[in-house]
Amino acid sequence: MCWRLFNAMNLNDTDFELFAVPATFAQDRAALDARWKELQREAHPDRFAARGAAAQRVAMQWSVRINEAYQRLKNPIKRAAYLCELNGAPINAENNTAMPSDFLMQQIEWREELDEARDADALDKLRGEVEAGRARALTSLDRLIDEKGDYPAAARQVRALMFIERFAEDIETKSDQWGQ
Amino acid sequence: MALLQISEPGQAPDPHKRRIAVGIDLGTTHSLVAAVRNGVAECLPDSEGRVVMPSAVRYLDKDRRQIGFDALAARSVDPANVITSVKRLMGRGIQDIANRDAMAYHLTGDDGMVKVQTVAGEKSPIEVSAEILATLRYRAEDTFDDELYGAVITVPAYFDEGQRQATKDAAQLAGLNVLRLISEPTAAAIAYGLDNASEGVYAVYDLGGGTFDISILRLTQGVFEVIATGGDSALGGDDYDHALAEFVLSQTGHKAQGDADRAALLVAARAAKEALSSAESTAFIAGLAAGELRFEVQREQFDAATASLTARTIVAVRKALRDARLQPDELQGIVLVGGATRMPQVRRAVGGFFGRDPLINLNPDEVVALGAAIQAHQLAGNGGVDDLLLLDVIPLSLGIETMGGLVERIVPRNQTIPTAMAQDFTTYKDGQTALALHVVQGERDLVADCRSLARFELRGIPPMVAGAARIRVTFTVDADGLLSVSAKEQGSGVEANVTVKPSYGLSDDQIATMLQESFSTAQQDMQARALVEARVDADRMLLATQSALDADGLLLSTEERGAIESLMEELRSARSASDAAVVEAATKALADGTEAFAAQRMNAGIARALAGRQIESL
Repeated sequence: MCWRLFNAMNLNDTDFELFAVPATFAQDRAALDARWKELQREAHPDRFAARGAAAQRVAMQWSVRINEAYQRLKNPIKRAAYLCELNGAPINAENNTAMPSDFLMQQIEWREELDEARDADALDKLRGEVEAGRARALTSLDRLIDEKGDYPAAARQVRALMFIERFAEDIETKSDQWGQ
Repeated sequence: MALLQISEPGQAPDPHKRRIAVGIDLGTTHSLVAAVRNGVAECLPDSEGRVVMPSAVRYLDKDRRQIGFDALAARSVDPANVITSVKRLMGRGIQDIANRDAMAYHLTGDDGMVKVQTVAGEKSPIEVSAEILATLRYRAEDTFDDELYGAVITVPAYFDEGQRQATKDAAQLAGLNVLRLISEPTAAAIAYGLDNASEGVYAVYDLGGGTFDISILRLTQGVFEVIATGGDSALGGDDYDHALAEFVLSQTGHKAQGDADRAALLVAARAAKEALSSAESTAFIAGLAAGELRFEVQREQFDAATASLTARTIVAVRKALRDARLQPDELQGIVLVGGATRMPQVRRAVGGFFGRDPLINLNPDEVVALGAAIQAHQLAGNGGVDDLLLLDVIPLSLGIETMGGLVERIVPRNQTIPTAMAQDFTTYKDGQTALALHVVQGERDLVADCRSLARFELRGIPPMVAGAARIRVTFTVDADGLLSVSAKEQGSGVEANVTVKPSYGLSDDQIATMLQESFSTAQQDMQARALVEARVDADRMLLATQSALDADGLLLSTEERGAIESLMEELRSARSASDAAVVEAATKALADGTEAFAAQRMNAGIARALAGRQIESL
């Protein structure tokens, strides 16, 4: 019974524990994908389809938990938010809007640019700027979390990234309205 | 019940007893049943060797009906009682049905699911579909000369909650044990993937008789991961028939008078459409009340008359690729599924969009049923096709109505299932003690533009100032894509739950009544068989419980073990009763009494397996 030597998994383990990866911002996406499939292979309700409803329910709990962890781990913004929360700096986006100070100006400029955009070229240019802003913010998250361990600053950066995500959707909505 | 069986996943409990499981493609125009025999999936033929059965049901009178070819053949003579394309009505209200005037039978319905008026009375689409499913079930049982253990039924990937629930209800009504609902493109991918040993990202373009799906899947070592899906659950080959019929009417100045004309036009349109797949032109011939209509249709005219339909599919393809964050050239291959993909204009449009020729080496009519059969075989625990795992997604976002008729999205589309997601809400008035929840599905921001799924209320919230209550609403979507919703006030612990069903589905009582009314022919046989089955189940349960006690009895306290043992004793004495219900009740009591123990064992088992995985991979 050698398996008794290992610690069994628990539904309350952190996402990182569940996926057996270090609790860092930097992650290997291919490794996460592979691990997700490995874990689902063991726990997916389909593996227990011939074993009745109660077995399905238990398997479903695990499967849901694995999907939840995977969604959070593979998305850099969600992963950063989760790390901030685990380290005592929750994001609380609804009632805390603190963002890096230089980002506020940026926001206003982008909003104006979007309002004034009249053709596809203008939207493309804005898309490029927003994408570059996103890349910069992600690089800074990497530094803030994995190098400095400055979670309050990382939380502000996460809020900025959440804004960028929403703004990118607004660009696409406008693009869709033009029927492109 | 079978939870306590000691076999490993993927293994049959008794190697000598194969469980017969089938895959059923319940299509708009035709349906098929397939099963894995001798390790190979094949479609099962009827007594005349035909594998495809038209999805047509004809009601002759209150008790008699024809299903399949006979029903379809009577379409022109008895249009009002021959129900075709019923899949388009599943889970739909009357206001949702487009082309209502072009249908040759009569629809009724107020606020619930639409019904069809027939000589046998009002029939719900669920009942009509159940007739088709039951016919395929009998075909399979005759083939194997045995009972079916269960079935995997395919649904369009783009089917919403109500349509999926209606399909499951129909299967239940047909006496089928539904192992899983899977999406048609995913089923097709299984058949293709296993056939070609493929790896990589594939697009499955599935244009059926009445539905269109596009799914983007990643295949890696037996895992079929759906990345994004899209489509239109009211667009299919039927619409090409309608468009062609309208084009011919507009060219010739004829008018359809009555149901018989409409039925004749659709039959003629379908024949012309099929002929145009290989010929450059064909004669469109329909016998109308006012005389014979004859018109020579060129393929170019047909292409032009249906160009907007084809274009709609390409818009959906583009959207699905965007959701998947992929470019057309990043795909490994494109698979065409569904009889409507035989139309040259469709092949050309798909090939043109992706810049390569689509794969067509499997029969587009059969491929969905074959894939479903492979999945059914594995879900029944027969092993064989090892290591097949489907990770599917929900096609449409799920949310809750908030103030001002806006939708708060809780589960976004293309989320891998099973999934559970929660969102906190609060009260908006001081002293508010109840909260009405309206569950909707769709991508639009306004509730009015989305499909309403269910309404329920959370009552008994302790009076607080506005905004102080913390009401957590949790959406749980199971592996079939079916939703249940629960709401809980975090402070007081007040809870409410609902399985999404009421708006368009049937209640369990309604299903029970229908089962009794329509499928209770051989009463006595059924009673005798029920008793035998109940005793077999009882024995199996006793054996499984004993093995579980022997293996993991240490997990239980003395009292817990005593309680289980006395339930076993009661079942042993109930086993000799002559009433199946008594045996079943005692079996159920033991199953219920051991559920906590079973869950504990299961949980420990999965936890060990996951930990084992990690040790291996570190």
